[in-house]
Amino acid sequence: MGATHLPSTEFDGTELDDQLEAQAEAALGVPPTEMVQLLGPDGTLGTHSVFSEYVERLDAEKLRGFYADMAAIRRFDQEATALQRQGQLALWVPLTGQEAAQIGSGRASQPQDYIFPTYREHGVALTRNVDLAELLKQFRGVSNGGWNPKDTNFHLYTLVLAAQTPHAVGYAMGIQRDQRLAEAQGVEGSAEPKAAVMVYFGDGASSEGDVHESMVFASSYNAPVVFFCQNNHWAISVPTAVQTRIPLSNRAKGYGFPGIRVDGNDVIAVHAVTEWALEHARQGNGPVLIEAFTYRVGAHTTADDPTKYRESSEEALWREKDPLDRLEKYLRAEGMADEAFFAKVAAEGDELAAYIRKSTYASDAPDIRTAFANTYVEAHPLVAEELAWFEEYSAGFAGGDEGEGAGR
Amino acid sequence: MTTMTIAKAINEGLRATLSHNPKSLLMGEDIGPLGGVYRVTDGLIGEFGPDRVVDTPLAESGIIGTAIGLALRGYLPVAEIQFDGFVFPGFNQITTQLAKMHSRSNGNLTVPVVIRIPYGGGIGSIEHHSESPEALFAHTPGLRIITPSNPHDAYWMIQQAVNCQDPVIVFEPKRRYWLKGEVDTESAGSAEDPFKANVVREGTDATVVVYGPLVPVALAAANAAAEDGRSIEVIDLRSISPIDFDAIEASVKKTGRLVVAHEAPTFGGIGGEIAARISERAFLSLEAPVIRVGGFHMPYPVAKIEEDYLPDIDRILEALDRTFAY
Ligand SMILES: Cc1ncc(C[n+]2csc(CCOP(=O)(O)OP(=O)(O)O)c2C)c(N)n1
Repeated sequence: MGATHLPSTEFDGTELDDQLEAQAEAALGVPPTEMVQLLGPDGTLGTHSVFSEYVERLDAEKLRGFYADMAAIRRFDQEATALQRQGQLALWVPLTGQEAAQIGSGRASQPQDYIFPTYREHGVALTRNVDLAELLKQFRGVSNGGWNPKDTNFHLYTLVLAAQTPHAVGYAMGIQRDQRLAEAQGVEGSAEPKAAVMVYFGDGASSEGDVHESMVFASSYNAPVVFFCQNNHWAISVPTAVQTRIPLSNRAKGYGFPGIRVDGNDVIAVHAVTEWALEHARQGNGPVLIEAFTYRVGAHTTADDPTKYRESSEEALWREKDPLDRLEKYLRAEGMADEAFFAKVAAEGDELAAYIRKSTYASDAPDIRTAFANTYVEAHPLVAEELAWFEEYSAGFAGGDEGEGAGR
Repeated sequence: MTTMTIAKAINEGLRATLSHNPKSLLMGEDIGPLGGVYRVTDGLIGEFGPDRVVDTPLAESGIIGTAIGLALRGYLPVAEIQFDGFVFPGFNQITTQLAKMHSRSNGNLTVPVVIRIPYGGGIGSIEHHSESPEALFAHTPGLRIITPSNPHDAYWMIQQAVNCQDPVIVFEPKRRYWLKGEVDTESAGSAEDPFKANVVREGTDATVVVYGPLVPVALAAANAAAEDGRSIEVIDLRSISPIDFDAIEASVKKTGRLVVAHEAPTFGGIGGEIAARISERAFLSLEAPVIRVGGFHMPYPVAKIEEDYLPDIDRILEALDRTFAY
């Protein structure tokens, strides 16, 4: 490196600033603090200089699909809540209010993309074709996962807040390397479609150091990752104001990539913005942060009591912005869906609920031997020793079964 | 056979790994053009490029977390933590994520991440640069922990760690980085299985179990004891999780006496685990209680008094005296 390469300062401040400003403007057509909204609470569709183009890709069938998905996952949510009340689940994490944020973003992903959820992304799971019955296994206490992420490119739920965000960036760095390896081997333009990673986290989790570290890594390596923050306004009982004093989407600028705030109850806008972001990432243009401005209408979990920390009037205000109602209004006004469609969606919801109920009752505890088997990939003497002890110990009860049974 | 230092042996081991496996990569702070603060990765970025030898942002959780993501995508990341005392910002990722990914996915996912940590004292350094936190990780199911004590092991164990499908933490005894020895780069020989212990000195009267930086100390103690007519067997544990209890048990059944020594604080350390297990397994063969030698229950002291803290030849001899007193 010659002396000419020695920088006098690390950044050319104004140039970088201008560049980011231009990037954000190009993406949004508006300053990043403004919220992208297309479908208003009254069910009328607005226009947007950048994102209307993405809305044109949606036909009536797709829009009906969005509605059906949102209705299905809300019905699923109600059923899981009921199952928890009946003692069938240890805990449930409801998503009501966040259907548009999840269905809109999930439906914008492609099969080759990989998704890292937190623990409330039941709607995203639906869009990735995860069997929803498997989703309940963790909450029933019969598995710490429940599905094979390799089948759907939908990772396991993560309960340690924000821990999945660096995993997403690492995975995205892997995608970059796969592409470079393929190019080096001369298979550029092979059948492999370009992929991106999307990672979900909440407004509370945004305070965790892992989110910061992930954004630094993502930016430094220009990784194809979309950070999708669902700002549902509450981290259990703590309001967003305790986590941040600026719109969360603004933070992206500090890392050097675009941040977009979108109306999280507007499935059309969420879909458009996420499609844009994923394409941006897949094309090699680096990370994007999306903040979906939404609301957790119910409790944080079935163990929570929101009456202790917030006014019911706040909930009522947000119910008026309900994501399902507004799409229903639009579909009806445009003549895209009739009474029969909505009746069919309701009937399918009942079927789904019945399936979930039945499969939950049928989902039994695993054998502890599977836990012995899965602690390590390769043979491990300590595990083998403890398993052998367990087998011998258990065998000691084998003969006593009768007597024990008689005592009951 | 070539003679080299432990640092060079790890460097050569990493070079072999990077050459043989296109999916392996190194990541860490200052591991690129600088070659790491101990120069263990010296020259590798020039050979393999910045995609394989990645200078990361200064963020331990980010390093481990992104290594997990890379592993999920099919890569074999080897992450360097610059010093023992700085692994803690990454502790969450190691214990709650890395260690559990395979089991919580019901066996569907593997995360073959290797974490290299220079550890231990004796180099006259300042706070957070001399610690031995191995027991904190050994207590976590799902992790494997190894620690080489000589160049031959160092060369092979790092490659074996990368080939292992489980996450492996390699604790590298930093005060022995410059220890020279012969390396057979053709054959691992008796070091074939990195999770097995080695009897590095045969003896009949008592067994001393050590690992990493204390191996030369125990050998010197055994030589000193020999002058008093005592025949001491020395076992280099090599693997801290799992521990090769079979090797220790076999030795104790021969010698009847056991001393375990490590630099980490005695309380709650690996020595206690060995004492308990061997008491269970070979109670009737023991002529004396198992004696532990370790660091004191205090934060690693300032460098000017670290010699008072670190187990040395005399402390091991004193422990042997105690076991022979029974
Ligand atoms: C590291 C960590 N600390 C604390 C918790 C306990 N906890 C679970 S959810 C939650 C609030 C999360 O809020 P947010 O990130 O906004 O997500 P939301 O649940 O609202 O979707 C807390 C504190 C946790 N799971 N992980």
